[in-house]
Amino acid sequence: METKQPFETLVAQHGAVVWRVCRAVLSIPADAEDAWSETFVAAMRAYPDLPDTADVQAWLVTIAHRKAVDVVRARARAAVPVAVPPEPPPHRDAAPEHDHPVWAAVAALPPRQRHVVAYRYLGGLPYRQIAELLGGTPEAARRAAADGLSTLRRTLATTDLEGEDR
Amino acid sequence: MSTNPETARPEPLLPSAPVPSGTLQRLHRRLEAAAAEAGVLDVAYTVLDTPVGPLLLAATERGLVRVAYAREEHEEVLADLAGRLGPRVLHAPARLEPAAEQLREYFAGTRTRFDLPLDRSLSHGFRRRVQEHLPGIGYGSTQSYGEVARSVGSPRAVRAVGSACATNPLPVVVPCHRVLRSDGGLGGYIGGPAAKAALLELEAAA
Repeated sequence: METKQPFETLVAQHGAVVWRVCRAVLSIPADAEDAWSETFVAAMRAYPDLPDTADVQAWLVTIAHRKAVDVVRARARAAVPVAVPPEPPPHRDAAPEHDHPVWAAVAALPPRQRHVVAYRYLGGLPYRQIAELLGGTPEAARRAAADGLSTLRRTLATTDLEGEDR
Repeated sequence: MSTNPETARPEPLLPSAPVPSGTLQRLHRRLEAAAAEAGVLDVAYTVLDTPVGPLLLAATERGLVRVAYAREEHEEVLADLAGRLGPRVLHAPARLEPAAEQLREYFAGTRTRFDLPLDRSLSHGFRRRVQEHLPGIGYGSTQSYGEVARSVGSPRAVRAVGSACATNPLPVVVPCHRVLRSDGGLGGYIGGPAAKAALLELEAAA
């Protein structure tokens, strides 16, 4: 019987991918960190029962999607009782110089395109699985990805990408 | 369905976006704390630099479960622990801090016995009986394999005592290095003869 890898290996191999997915879907860095944490704690809880044949990255990205939804809901709930207009989030804890221009460009996409781009191009999910997560057909997800990507290319072509060294 | 291969070819534009430095380390620390609190951390581990090389320290919720020398290959030891104790194995130094502190004191010559909860679930039967006897051999003194065999009530099981020492999952803390051949020879050691000699020399000097 194949035994499971130590969970540490999963964090080392997929931690960055999950962060990028969370960061693309959630435009506030602190929200992305919350979603990352919730994703890996939930993954740890479920890991002993994960079939050995499972695609670990796809599994983590799927959990990240659910946790990102939770973070957005929690933020919306927290905003409801407040009668005044919501203030900008208090903790933009990533310093501005760390905020790569790609994230502003992704954040400016329509929500559906943003999600599809995140799960397809950062998370590596097939369109069939993206459609299961977001609703709609795989073909519609493919179109949204193409539209989102061409918008991103246009936006980023006019942005200084000097900081992009990797 | 169409015959689209669905190859997940990454778009070069996006995965190149760097994760801000320090972010993943900070998130890892947060995961260590959250996992321990949620009770989903089967095995926590850290690596301690010592005069006998880097030692892997691993603990379950019950206590220190494994100490491993570098020559045992830490990656292989962790994979083995994942199979035997549970796959939720995480680099999480907080749970190991008491053990790390006592080992630092031991190697500084200021500690002569360990006072730590131990999880002995990796050992069974006669081997475990021998390993439970070993802390009775005091700091700075030694016993022969034959003496240990007599002490545990199996005077003819000298070779079995040897294999019990060789498979001690908690070297240094459970002092199998204090067991020598009856002719005074060092005998084997899981950390290699140089490490065994170094520990005996440390204890003789203190």
